[in-house]
Amino acid sequence: MAIFQARTLLSRSFSTLSSHPLRVCVVGSGPAGFYTAEKMLKAHQEAQVDIIDRLPTPFGLVRSGVAPDHPETKIVINQFSRVARHDRCSFFGNVTLGSSVSLLELRELYHVVVLAYGAESDRALGIPGEDLVGIHSAREFVWWYNGHPDCKNLDLNLKNTDTAVILGQGNVALDVARILLRLATELATTDIASHALAALEESSIRKVYLVGRRGPVQAACTAKELREVLGIKDLCIHLQEADLLKTPKDEEEIKNNRIQRRVYELLYKAATTGPSHPRSGQRELHFVFFRKPDRFLESDERKGHVSGVHFEKTVLKDVGDGKRIAVGTGQFEDLECGMVLKSIGYKSVPVDGLPFDHQKGVVPNIRGRVLRNTSGDPTLLEEGLYVCGWLKRGPTGIIATNLYCAEETVVSISEDLNLLASKASLPKPGREGLLHLLDNRKVKFLQFSAWEKIDSTETRLGSLKNKPRDKLTTWEELLKVARE
Amino acid sequence: MLVSRVSRAGILMLRGLSRGKLTPITRAGYIQRPYGQYLQPWFERQTETKVFQGSIFLKHHNFSTTTTANASEEGSEKEETISVTFVDKDGEEQHIKVPIGMSMLEAAHENDIELEGACEGSLACSTCHVIVMDMEYYNKLEDPADEENDMLDLAFGLTETSRLGCQVIAKPELDGIRLAIPAATRNFAVDGYVPKPH
Ligand SMILES: Cc1cc2nc3c(=O)[nH]c(=O)nc-3n(C[C@H](O)[C@H](O)[C@H](O)COP(=O)(O)OP(=O)(O)OC[C@H]3O[C@@H](n4cnc5c(N)ncnc54)[C@H](O)[C@@H]3O)c2cc1C
Ligand SMILES: NC(=O)c1ccc[n+]([C@@H]2O[C@H](COP(=O)([O-])OP(=O)(O)OC[C@H]3O[C@@H](n4cnc5c(N)ncnc54)[C@H](OP(=O)(O)O)[C@@H]3O)[C@@H](O)[C@H]2O)c1
Ligand code: FES
Repeated sequence: MAIFQARTLLSRSFSTLSSHPLRVCVVGSGPAGFYTAEKMLKAHQEAQVDIIDRLPTPFGLVRSGVAPDHPETKIVINQFSRVARHDRCSFFGNVTLGSSVSLLELRELYHVVVLAYGAESDRALGIPGEDLVGIHSAREFVWWYNGHPDCKNLDLNLKNTDTAVILGQGNVALDVARILLRLATELATTDIASHALAALEESSIRKVYLVGRRGPVQAACTAKELREVLGIKDLCIHLQEADLLKTPKDEEEIKNNRIQRRVYELLYKAATTGPSHPRSGQRELHFVFFRKPDRFLESDERKGHVSGVHFEKTVLKDVGDGKRIAVGTGQFEDLECGMVLKSIGYKSVPVDGLPFDHQKGVVPNIRGRVLRNTSGDPTLLEEGLYVCGWLKRGPTGIIATNLYCAEETVVSISEDLNLLASKASLPKPGREGLLHLLDNRKVKFLQFSAWEKIDSTETRLGSLKNKPRDKLTTWEELLKVARE
Repeated sequence: MLVSRVSRAGILMLRGLSRGKLTPITRAGYIQRPYGQYLQPWFERQTETKVFQGSIFLKHHNFSTTTTANASEEGSEKEETISVTFVDKDGEEQHIKVPIGMSMLEAAHENDIELEGACEGSLACSTCHVIVMDMEYYNKLEDPADEENDMLDLAFGLTETSRLGCQVIAKPELDGIRLAIPAATRNFAVDGYVPKPH
């Protein structure tokens, strides 16, 4: 069956391509991967682009990160699908770099390999108690409510506590807070995973603390997300007015930065206009500033479970370059809670044979060209190997950032190809070779048409429940429907 | 006075830089390019301003009697259009006619002009960012709503006359408007990326 698949694919590709195509492989089908593919197809008429992803489903964090109540943000999937259906482009899901195929193999098969496989791990705090039950990374929680097949069975208990602490104040933290605090009836009509909706319907969490190590002027979120969380129906917002006092340095920061200014203004307004006392049972959101986690507290009654966070109060300290970091003051304070979500940033993971900067959690690169090591020496390049997206820049930036990031990487690729054009470049097996290799290894890759089956099944199931889609959330279900 | 407006826009471009979520570029490196780039055509235009304004006035006048009085109400098929110029990343100009009521994003797409529109006009992406090249035209637009400003916050290479292409709707007063598609990518490439220090 795989062989037959391979044959039809090959005949298609050969009919539309010259005999000497430029073989390009993009690893990862998130925004960075799709924008790279789109721009490569456009810039190089002779390019044949294969996108591989470890999941049967494409689109990366647009599917497994972007919040279920943000359907407009996911519209970009239309554009990505057009790329996937392009004559010279193919998608191969269920193919993992590192286990299905190695980096070395890909580089032998293709002229150009672009790694855009994102950031699938978490920054750690490195403080005592981080392993207690009830502490999760925001990434796992997000994967869980978005139906990522690796987190369906997350050991999450929303019924044994009324208080959750979220560490970090970036947009992911706000997403997570919103999902915990919005009425489940409002989430019911989104594409939230059914298991998550069921758990949230029964959730006993009423109080959420969003804790930042710096002040309201430095909060990492953006105005859109903040406006949204502040506007949640029937939610009581708490902020210490004292935290909103600005120092001259804060004033300067605000003056120079539009996002920070607008975020601060929203917080200020919330502090000065909100109702101060919650009705009984009303949900509460507390913004807490200038606190950094020092250790997690273990419950006396339930061994191994978290019962709170021990925080150290902080002040800001200048470290040059306009940068201000949080430093402890030696004063401490506890916050009781039964659940903690660490939302302090994602982190990329290396694969075999890939230069990696473990400190920054990115692949060392210059404008997308992979460097042999972290010395920064621009002459030591890995030929034909490029990066894009979160793996290249670190885990920040919105979908659009990856558009510019991809353009930069593609410009680098094009410059290098121009130089190479003078030398005769060897033909490479590309897709044919990849499919042969996967076939030999009995790796059952899935094409875009398989995703289209998943897509239509999900949409059909969703329409029965008045949801835009009802996601398939286990590997078994996904693979079954994909192979129907 | 015109000159001071331009430089003001330049300074605000500098101020408007977000803190690195989308602007991985050094400040000094940034202003040079777009500022210089837009300055050029902007000044050139000043020499033809009088003729130009005259024609706008005429058109405008026309519209206030015909368009608003009946045409739009009756949905007459005779489509009223305005002229719009898009200036792309390389400074190439494209002149198009845009029917009243159509967004600049749709108009660009109908004319194969490369303006991104990841969220297809639903105010959720900021990729349709355009820079109104003339303050006078910018002032004819309604102020951006909070929601548009929230997305503009994240636009790459924000300037004081930045708008989202999907939110700018053709109306008679905008006849002759010139919109630049920011050369953000070039800046991204030239200045390299400095990740946000977290
Ligand atoms: C929770 C959350 C919410 C967000 N919400 C928004 C939002 O509302 N609006 C917005 O503009 N931005 C949002 N973002 C940011 C946006 O999602 C990212 O900027 C973007 O997805 C990064 O793109 P990427 O392609 O680098 O990585 P990803 O999107 O993570 O894509 C990586 C892909 O690589 C695949 N992969 C991983 N490892 C391998 C491997 N070994 N082999 C093969 N494939 C592999 C993964 O399956 C995935 O498909 C959000 C981010 C998060 C975390
Ligand atoms: N709707 C949207 O547009 C949307 C939604 C979700 C995500 N995104 C984007 O996705 C990217 C990732 O978001 P994110 O929230 O994961 O990252 P982020 O914006 O970088 O925020 C990380 C947060 O964690 C804090 N932090 C980091 N290390 C810490 C430590 N050791 N101890 C305590 N706090 C620590 C940071 O505080 P400091 O500031 O002090 O370092 C910051 O508050 C962002 O660019 C975001 O804009 C966008
Ligand atoms: S197209 Fe997304 S904001 Fe305009």
